[in-house]
Amino acid sequence: MNGILMHAPALVIALPLLAAFVTPILGRFNYKKISWFVSAVFGVTLLLTLLMAGQILTNGTIVYVFGGGEAGLALPSGYTFPIRIIFQIDAMGIFMALITAVISFLAAVYSISYMEDYSGVDKYYTLLLLLATSMFGMELTGDIFNFFVFFEISSISSVALISFRSTFNGEPAEAAIKYMVISSISALMVLFAIGLFYGQYGTLNMAAIASFMQFTKLDKMALILFLTMLAMKSGAVPMHMWTPDAYSEAPSAITVVLVATSQASLYALFRIIFSLYNVTLNTVTVGWILIILGVLSMFIGVTMAVIQKDIKRLMAYHSISQTGYMLLGVGVGLAVLANPAALASYGIKAMEGGIFHIINNALYKGLLFLTAGALFYRTGTRDLNKMGGLAHNMSYTTLFYIIGAAAIAGIPPFNGFASKLIIYESVYQFNPLLAIIAMLVSILTLASFVKIFHSAFLGPQLEQYKSVQEVPKSMVFAMAVLSIIIIFFGLFPNLIVKYIVHPAVMALINQSHYTSTILGGM
Amino acid sequence: MNIGLLETGSGHWNALIWFIAVLIIGAGVIYLRNEGEEKYKKGTNQTKPFLSGNPEISKEDSHVGASHIYWGFTEALKNYYEPLVKMHTGSINDYSGWIILIMAIIFIIVGVS
Amino acid sequence: MIGNFPFVAVIMLIALGMYSLMFKKNLIKIAIGLTLLEGGVNLFLITLGYRKGGVAPIYTMAPEGVKMVLPTPQALCLTSIVIGVATTALVLSIAMILYKQYGTIETDEIRRLRG
Repeated sequence: MNGILMHAPALVIALPLLAAFVTPILGRFNYKKISWFVSAVFGVTLLLTLLMAGQILTNGTIVYVFGGGEAGLALPSGYTFPIRIIFQIDAMGIFMALITAVISFLAAVYSISYMEDYSGVDKYYTLLLLLATSMFGMELTGDIFNFFVFFEISSISSVALISFRSTFNGEPAEAAIKYMVISSISALMVLFAIGLFYGQYGTLNMAAIASFMQFTKLDKMALILFLTMLAMKSGAVPMHMWTPDAYSEAPSAITVVLVATSQASLYALFRIIFSLYNVTLNTVTVGWILIILGVLSMFIGVTMAVIQKDIKRLMAYHSISQTGYMLLGVGVGLAVLANPAALASYGIKAMEGGIFHIINNALYKGLLFLTAGALFYRTGTRDLNKMGGLAHNMSYTTLFYIIGAAAIAGIPPFNGFASKLIIYESVYQFNPLLAIIAMLVSILTLASFVKIFHSAFLGPQLEQYKSVQEVPKSMVFAMAVLSIIIIFFGLFPNLIVKYIVHPAVMALINQSHYTSTILGGM
Repeated sequence: MNIGLLETGSGHWNALIWFIAVLIIGAGVIYLRNEGEEKYKKGTNQTKPFLSGNPEISKEDSHVGASHIYWGFTEALKNYYEPLVKMHTGSINDYSGWIILIMAIIFIIVGVS
Repeated sequence: MIGNFPFVAVIMLIALGMYSLMFKKNLIKIAIGLTLLEGGVNLFLITLGYRKGGVAPIYTMAPEGVKMVLPTPQALCLTSIVIGVATTALVLSIAMILYKQYGTIETDEIRRLRG
């Protein structure tokens, strides 16, 4: 037991990675059962992540050195920085890993029924496992080149998953090639920025880079590259155009995981800004860049969502708009980072709101995409004009949809309200106009979800959907779990903020703690 | 009474108190509704929807499709929506163009500051 | 002065790659643009690892008294090349599917998803 706990950081990566390549072999023997196998693997991964979370939140950061030895090991002698690949997992990293574990587990369970009738399901599961592996890697690693490798694995596997249905028509392939091209650009530019770091400091360890950070011209260049590329991967306006394409064409279970992937990119952005640069950069300028990107994402995302006719495209525009809230909250925190008084009075609260919104968004956005998938599973269309009266037949889906829509629109007592309230109140102290825009966006969010509710669920029963039934049990199970978590988070937001979100924010802000865990002995 | 009490920076939020408040107000509303309205008579024209004197259409025909919802909203904001929709061309070249443009803008802003 | 030439080549390769991504309409040319971009970044990494007079860090039969270079940039570059091959293969195979389904690989005709 102790051994498992000790090697949990490696197992979280190794288990899905190994299972990814075992799955096609198992598929040769028993094609029907691999979906259960994959769900079991994700279940074990979730347990491992929970174990790790318990350890981190009580004992502090875990440092796992691949190849053993001390974290600060510096070979050949005479070096002053660590050379091993290190996993450095603090409260922020485990916060994101928990999201990934929960979302990928539920996506796998949902897929048991959802992907039943497709051929090539073994490849689908291989790619899903690889995608989950890469997300864990991005969130746990303390080595910046390692981060790049996982970043590339995530884009390659998600592209293959987006184009999974392209044998029927061309649109999934179209979405996939768009995503592939832009994610290649972003990955290559990230690699270029890593090269800039390596050229100056001769190390790839993030803690070591952070301790050497001078904010020279080259560091500025690297910051610009990281900022643009990771903001683009997380879907910030005006670099968001790939989001609705990719999210709407991917199978629904995958869309949920893609939301988590883009949040992993967002995490990487925050990690690089806060842990690598922190106060060496001009926090007000960069903070305002994040705020402006956030406000643009919120507003343009939601106004584009109101006019959509495709249910998943509409929801995809909402995930852009929700990303805006996170950028706004964390951007306000960054803008006052160099000002301890303002940071203590509202900066930390704003960041708590932004970070809390990440997990809330993953939950309710996941639930909404799953209900959209349930509608697609039974009706075979994503066009809202062709739907209607489905509440007569699909009562569970309707209930889950109402919970998800109320949560995203920030209606109490669901979880979206709690994080939005923190964002409004803290951002209001920074700049009232920003808080007003955020509230306006929330109203428009409600409006567009009422649109889906009216056109898909309400109205008289349509002739072609007379025989539609409720979706299979595994899909209901995945949606029910998400709904229960949403209601729990909504009723007891203080517990979540106190035990998970606040340590995560502190881990981001406190740079010296991040560097000293690795370099303490040097 | 600290269960569920969330500090929001300049205030508090408690979902459980909100829940109790909703229950009390809801009970009041239901009580008032059950009191009834004296002028109400079943089976007269009072119970029918009023559509400017036009005859009522069947339920199947009166369902508003998704494209028609918020027609007034989009019509009023036409000047805002037209360029915005035109901006989403769907061409890969434009996608990469936007990225490079934003990178250049951030380059200038961060470089100057 | 002459030591900076590789960096000029890096900038030129990246600029050419960006140009073809922004202005070339053919998907194959876009794939070529990505490869150019990747080549530029790889050249950058390799140039960082160059030390005048250094030898490869192979200890067997190594000459006495010569400095060895740290092989990290080469390792990075190798990883990046492998990933680049996978990316290019994926782009080209999706381009093939698109040609089957749409009958064209011009980007201004492959835009059913918009708005």
